Amino acid sequence: MAIEPRKPPSQFVAKLQRILGGSAGWSGFVVQILFVAALSWIAYEIVANARANLQAQRITAGFGFMANTAGFDVNQYLIPYTNSDSYTRVFLVGLLNTLLVSVIGIFFATVIGFLVALGRLSPNWLLSRVAGGYVELVRNLPLLFQILFWYLAVLAALPNPRQSISIFDSVFVSNRGLVIPKPIANPGFEPFVAALLVAIVAVMLLSRYSRRQLFQSGKVIKVWPYALGLVVGLPLLAALIFGAPVTFEVPALKGFNFAGGSRVIPEFVALTLALSTYTAAFIAEIVRAGILSVHKGQMEAGSSLGLQRGSVLRLIVIPQAMRVILPPLTNQYLNLTKNSSLAVAIGYPDLVSVFAGTTLSQTGQAIEIIGITMGVYLLISLITSAVMSFYGWRLGRSLGNS
Amino acid sequence: MKRVSLAFTLALAAGLATQAAHAQTLKTVKDRGMLSCGVSQGLPGFSSPDDKGNWTGLDVDICRAVAAAIFNDATKIKFVPLSAKDRFTALQSGEIDVLSRNTTWTLSRDTSLGANFTGVTYYDGQGFLVKKSLKVNSALELNSASVCVQTGTTTEQNLADYFKGNNMKYEVIAFGTNDEAVKAYESGRCDVFTTDVSGLYADRLKLANPADHVVLPEVISKEPLGPMVRHGDDQWFDIVKWTLFAMVTAEELGVTQKNVDEMAKSDKPEMKRVFGTDGNLGEQLGLTKDWVSRIVKAVGNYGEAFDRNVGAGSKLGIARGLNALWNKGGIQYAPPIR
Repeated sequence: MAIEPRKPPSQFVAKLQRILGGSAGWSGFVVQILFVAALSWIAYEIVANARANLQAQRITAGFGFMANTAGFDVNQYLIPYTNSDSYTRVFLVGLLNTLLVSVIGIFFATVIGFLVALGRLSPNWLLSRVAGGYVELVRNLPLLFQILFWYLAVLAALPNPRQSISIFDSVFVSNRGLVIPKPIANPGFEPFVAALLVAIVAVMLLSRYSRRQLFQSGKVIKVWPYALGLVVGLPLLAALIFGAPVTFEVPALKGFNFAGGSRVIPEFVALTLALSTYTAAFIAEIVRAGILSVHKGQMEAGSSLGLQRGSVLRLIVIPQAMRVILPPLTNQYLNLTKNSSLAVAIGYPDLVSVFAGTTLSQTGQAIEIIGITMGVYLLISLITSAVMSFYGWRLGRSLGNS
Repeated sequence: MKRVSLAFTLALAAGLATQAAHAQTLKTVKDRGMLSCGVSQGLPGFSSPDDKGNWTGLDVDICRAVAAAIFNDATKIKFVPLSAKDRFTALQSGEIDVLSRNTTWTLSRDTSLGANFTGVTYYDGQGFLVKKSLKVNSALELNSASVCVQTGTTTEQNLADYFKGNNMKYEVIAFGTNDEAVKAYESGRCDVFTTDVSGLYADRLKLANPADHVVLPEVISKEPLGPMVRHGDDQWFDIVKWTLFAMVTAEELGVTQKNVDEMAKSDKPEMKRVFGTDGNLGEQLGLTKDWVSRIVKAVGNYGEAFDRNVGAGSKLGIARGLNALWNKGGIQYAPPIR
């Protein structure tokens, strides 16, 4: 008679119990439910009370104001904006300005940070001391002070528009910012862009192909001459057939300022400079710590394979260091984004300045506006964290220990 | 600035969430033994600390007058310096009892902020300050100019209206505080600085060479500046309102800081009502019978306060203009005390 193997007892119920109630089991579950209920009740009471009292004091409440006309101007907008647009539009303008300065700041902070870290670890005595000096100087001065320094001491020292520094009479630098010729799309613009996109896709496919060749047969294919040919050649060809893609509107001094052309306002430059150099100092230390955390045997092993120092760092050390670097790097990105709200001190029209500033005082609806603003910063931060976590997850997978 | 307004907002939310509207401001102030008065972060003539740290100015004197009327002591005040965008939240949250901070009376502020204006302490209008070297004689020549302004004021909207109405282009750079805007103007970032005309005269004094700058003749808006109190406490509203009226009435009757004791002995019926030797008008307000003498002893009549802070007797040297009494060519007018 065959003996039937005894089935193990069902783990499902036990697991469920543990997930819902922790180590305390079902009773823990009940406690949690009660706790959540109490929290929701308190939140509800706060909202209801605030609403009743706002009404009692006849303070306008609600989000109806978002559709009202703003009636004030903003000097940098990425989407079309005039003073007859609504507060919703102002909100979007401010949000985009915040995102712009954050994204560009993060980019430069990362580049400068990595370079400074590599410089600090370099065997070159002078380079490493200069990099070390940079870190100590920049990270130990208050950020607001640095923003004001760039704005009031450096950029304000530039000449006025009438005496601006001009480069070929088409690019002008003055205390009103950097004015450059503005490209205006011609009929040939769309074919030009299409050709450029085709070229980029072709280059990407080509480099994948060359990688596969390298791994499969050890053949090294030089990609860059083809890539250059494609990226330059195809759009050029399109331009020859369909005509010049853009014409340039050259700025000219008219009245107090330059008319025509595109302008980068000094507030943006000062803020970006200050944010990226400041955050770069912290990133440099994070990267340095990450690199030093990789066992030096890895470096020696790389060298013994005949790789140069740069290649060892790029191919072997940094990918391993990234695991250590990533979490604190994310913190720095979040800090930079939130620090961009110091913009109001130098008149850069970011979210806090135009929305939590001008809009708030014009409408007086502090609770709603501060609520929205806090929510937006939270959302930006959560998205940044999510992207960085995803990158970390992929990195972990490619290092084989997900 | 951001942190401050955030703090006020949280205070506001918490205050609104936990307690009912502050109905008894006078009692609260008396219990505290001190009046909490919201002022500017430094606008000479209206509210600014002197070299000893004492607050002076026309807006400050309104608060001093209220404190004098309540406590017979014009020093029982806590001054809370506020930026333009934090001021209303500070009032709503109960942080201050009176907002006396060169604030323009508008319909939307009267209706949507949960606060009331108690009167007009200074009739102002918005103007422009430019460098003399630009050789600009009129605001209509400002096409394409860059304009520095403090954010969170009616100024930004007037500016937009004015340039739009005159078909002119401009660039606005809005700063968190007045000082930052003035500094940017001085550094050459802007061609023009704009705020209320009285503010332009005050801010011009802060510049390195005041004589190199000129206030353009155009006044592009009506800016009646006055104190504000919270909705829902009519007694307190009356006290602040009638404090200003008492100062104006005192000027009208020729009562000054110097002669107030003598005048109080007058047996003219009108004087007797005002000084409380007849009737109990002060007590009806919730104050004492001698409330007017207390006020005038502390800060003088309206004309004296004006002269001392912004008028002929001050560095600003602004003419009375609209702010003269109604019977002297201006529009300052107080309802009768009776």
